Amino acid sequence: MSALEISASVAGAAYIVAALLFIMSLAGLSRHESSRAGVAYGMVGMAIALIATIWVTLQGAWGQPQAIVGLVLLLVAMLVGAVIGLWRARSVEMTGMPELIALLHSFVGLAAVLVGWNGHLHAPGLTGALADIHHAEVFIGIFIGGVTFTGSIVAFLKLSGRISSKPLMLPGKNVLNLGAIVVFIALTVWYVVMPSLVLLIVVTLLALALGWHLVASIGGGDMPVVVSMLNSYSGWAAAAAGFLLNNDLLIVTGALVGSSGAYLSYIMCKAMNRSFISVIAGGFGIAAPTSDDVDHGEHREVDAETVADMLANASSVVITPGYGMAVAQAQYPVAELTQKLRDRGVDVKFGIHPVAGRLPGHMNVLLAEAKVPYDIVLEMDEINDDLASTAVVLVIGANDTVNPAAAEDPSSPIAGMPVLRVWEAENVVVFKRSMASGYAGVQNPLFFRENAQMLFGDAKERVDDILRAL
Amino acid sequence: MTQIGIVREQAAETRVAATPQTVGALRKIGYDIVVEAGAGAASAYPDDAYAAAGARIVPADVAWASPILLKVNAPTDVEIAQIADGATLIAQLSPNLRPELREALATRGITALALDAVPRISRAQSMDVLSSMANIAGYRAVVEAAHEFGRFFTGQVTAAGKVPPAKVLVAGAGVAGLAAIGAASSLGAIVRATDPRPEVADQVKSIGGEYLDVIVPDEQKEVSSDGYAKATSEAYDRRAAELYSEQAADVDIIITTAQIPGRAAPRLITAADVASMRSGSVIVDMAASSGGNVEGSVAGERVVTENGVIILGYTDLAGRLPTQASQLYGTNLVNLLKLLTPEKDGRLVLDFEDIVQRAVTVVRDGEETWPPPPVQVSAAPVAKAPDAAPAAPEKKKLSAGAKVGLVAAGIAALFLVNAFAPAPLPQHFTVLMLSVVVGFYVIGKVSHALHTPLMSVTNAISGIIIVGAIVQITTPNVVVQILSAIAVLVASINIFGGFAVTRRMLKMFSKGAER
Repeated sequence: MSALEISASVAGAAYIVAALLFIMSLAGLSRHESSRAGVAYGMVGMAIALIATIWVTLQGAWGQPQAIVGLVLLLVAMLVGAVIGLWRARSVEMTGMPELIALLHSFVGLAAVLVGWNGHLHAPGLTGALADIHHAEVFIGIFIGGVTFTGSIVAFLKLSGRISSKPLMLPGKNVLNLGAIVVFIALTVWYVVMPSLVLLIVVTLLALALGWHLVASIGGGDMPVVVSMLNSYSGWAAAAAGFLLNNDLLIVTGALVGSSGAYLSYIMCKAMNRSFISVIAGGFGIAAPTSDDVDHGEHREVDAETVADMLANASSVVITPGYGMAVAQAQYPVAELTQKLRDRGVDVKFGIHPVAGRLPGHMNVLLAEAKVPYDIVLEMDEINDDLASTAVVLVIGANDTVNPAAAEDPSSPIAGMPVLRVWEAENVVVFKRSMASGYAGVQNPLFFRENAQMLFGDAKERVDDILRAL
Repeated sequence: MTQIGIVREQAAETRVAATPQTVGALRKIGYDIVVEAGAGAASAYPDDAYAAAGARIVPADVAWASPILLKVNAPTDVEIAQIADGATLIAQLSPNLRPELREALATRGITALALDAVPRISRAQSMDVLSSMANIAGYRAVVEAAHEFGRFFTGQVTAAGKVPPAKVLVAGAGVAGLAAIGAASSLGAIVRATDPRPEVADQVKSIGGEYLDVIVPDEQKEVSSDGYAKATSEAYDRRAAELYSEQAADVDIIITTAQIPGRAAPRLITAADVASMRSGSVIVDMAASSGGNVEGSVAGERVVTENGVIILGYTDLAGRLPTQASQLYGTNLVNLLKLLTPEKDGRLVLDFEDIVQRAVTVVRDGEETWPPPPVQVSAAPVAKAPDAAPAAPEKKKLSAGAKVGLVAAGIAALFLVNAFAPAPLPQHFTVLMLSVVVGFYVIGKVSHALHTPLMSVTNAISGIIIVGAIVQITTPNVVVQILSAIAVLVASINIFGGFAVTRRMLKMFSKGAER
């Protein structure tokens, strides 16, 4: 065996180990207790994969003039990337997690596009069917990567509020999306028959445009689904690159990430009682609200002191936060309130709806940041049956996820969506800026229930008021 | 500090307008309380308890001379003479039924507030004395019936034979009716209820009763707009009478609660119905004071008919639980006074802009202000026009056949690709397929709370695309090398940033015990 063959087989072994470590990493994240070990597995796996790849690549190219240039470029690029990555990771606000994750997705997409382009520029000298397959792989890789890249950038811009989170409504948007895919297939066939740089540029632009349009036409409230969908795409982009480069590690990892993103999207869609297709097709909020002219009666306002009084005398309190808590940065006072009430012997729990916030699990991260112990932060299914026996429910910046219309009004646009049944509790206090409707544009009959009271104003200030009154 | 006087009621009344607990609450909003000696005795509140709560125990004339007077029942003529000129009186005044009382109070320059005129809006619920008293009365009605009834309420199978459960009919599912339904069903009886308002059916069911609907062909059921039942139509009454006759012959106990504000109570149970009941059956007519729902009932009396049916016409059902009734009545008063004392400084301010304050005011400074403008309660759902809500468009769902077809087509495509593709491709597909399956199973176990860390870690892992870029970076083509370098750079951001931010997040998650 030559040195090259040995190093290739060593690298293959390293890849298998790395793939296993990645699987263990994801498995470790299934529980809080093993989650930190899971991240460690992932880091070790990544280190093994990188070292093996660099070693094999350098050994293959050693002695050739471009090797030194490549090595220098590699080290500089990795160093710069590492510094930027670590700096962003350190400085990001937890409320800004959705933006960061969306931005990171776009990098994978960009890298996939570049790898695809390189696949064209440096053809491996294949012939016959293998060459055709290689060409198709280049195209598929660029296409998925391009869609991920611009899609993630639009998601990032929307989440960070740099552009409006309203859905873009182009006429015939579904036709546009479908047309783009049809054109892509036609271009792929053309490229396989007759490879040319022009076609490559065209398909890249097409993918970028499609990614932009796809996410631009989805509204802000559907972002949990979009972000996990983009997560999935970034995985498939990596898998496509694996096909292109004959690299099993890329395929395994890409498929893992791709299926994980798809599964998360599925959970999110289920939590909103909507099909994946309808989220991607966008246009949820525009469904004409049919029953808005119904007179719901009048809502009752309450002041912070009264709420403080209620809380102090309550035996059990459930807090259901939503995006509004993140916007108001109210997680710290909420955590302090929780601590105070627990010290007084009040049983405080949190109920988290799967699509609360703009990212799967967003609320959990915010509460964890504010040092709320995770064993009192429960999922919707865990807490829903306890709500009926709860003395006070605080709804902080949530609206659609606690809307009784979803359960009771079959003509409501959100009918059938699983919601936190807060209205069954003895008392409900809703923290809200005004009486405006939620993301879905549906009026919330909860606010007019006899056991519900409204506490208007900025969530953070109001919680601070309650803390003072306690 | 304004002085509030609590006086002893007439002999038959067991309740009192304030308890030691509500005295404390009244003092908190700035009032000075005097209590006539022995005022709370019938409710089991001794003078000492009032004194301990901060009230002064005074002789009757001092209490009556207070500028604000709280009472349970309307004052008699003798009592009106004892009230100071220009004082404020708060009590149950039944202003609609007693114009002469309004006049008597007006001539003395008194401001009179009728607690029993609080409108039925949600905001005023905490001072709605009719509800709080009706609740007690409904409960007590069942207790009185059980006392007279010579049998079990609950069914039992004993060694000495089977005991059937009692059947109870509650006419009118208002506050009193619902309380009666709840009390009777918790004693184990079979409870049925009638009410002209169809919207109460769910409430009846929720506390263990069965709702008997009066089915009237071709008639729009009336939905109440002010929270009280209205007089019913002729066709309805005829059908309802039949229903009552059927039920009277079947049930053991009837409790009637039907009252229409400001009018005589409707006659629901006729003498013939009573005659059809079994001996030993009990009827409690809670509307006896306003004419009675049952033919033959006498207000305040226990009547036994020829066929041995006992008709109770007690009008003091709430007063038969005096301790609790006084407490709830007192709390209703405290809530009203809180509304009337916005500054909490012991100064009573009457604001006619407020519908609740306007509604309860019968006489203001010697000027009659009854009746108040009607209050519309919009809590009840407005009847929808039949075509108001178009059916939500049916969601397009793939039929089962189409689903199977799609899956089959997918599998066939996978098969064909792999059957005809050259060497490395089938291997790649094997790897891809297995990884996807593994991925789904592994991710399926991840707890919701860790979804954000999961996303950031998969993000870091998908930075593995760097491997592709590294492989390409040593190709003898400068353009490729530069593009690869850019790819390496962005992918590195992903790897390092992703892992670092995940670690940062996970460090924050801590269990209660670890803190």
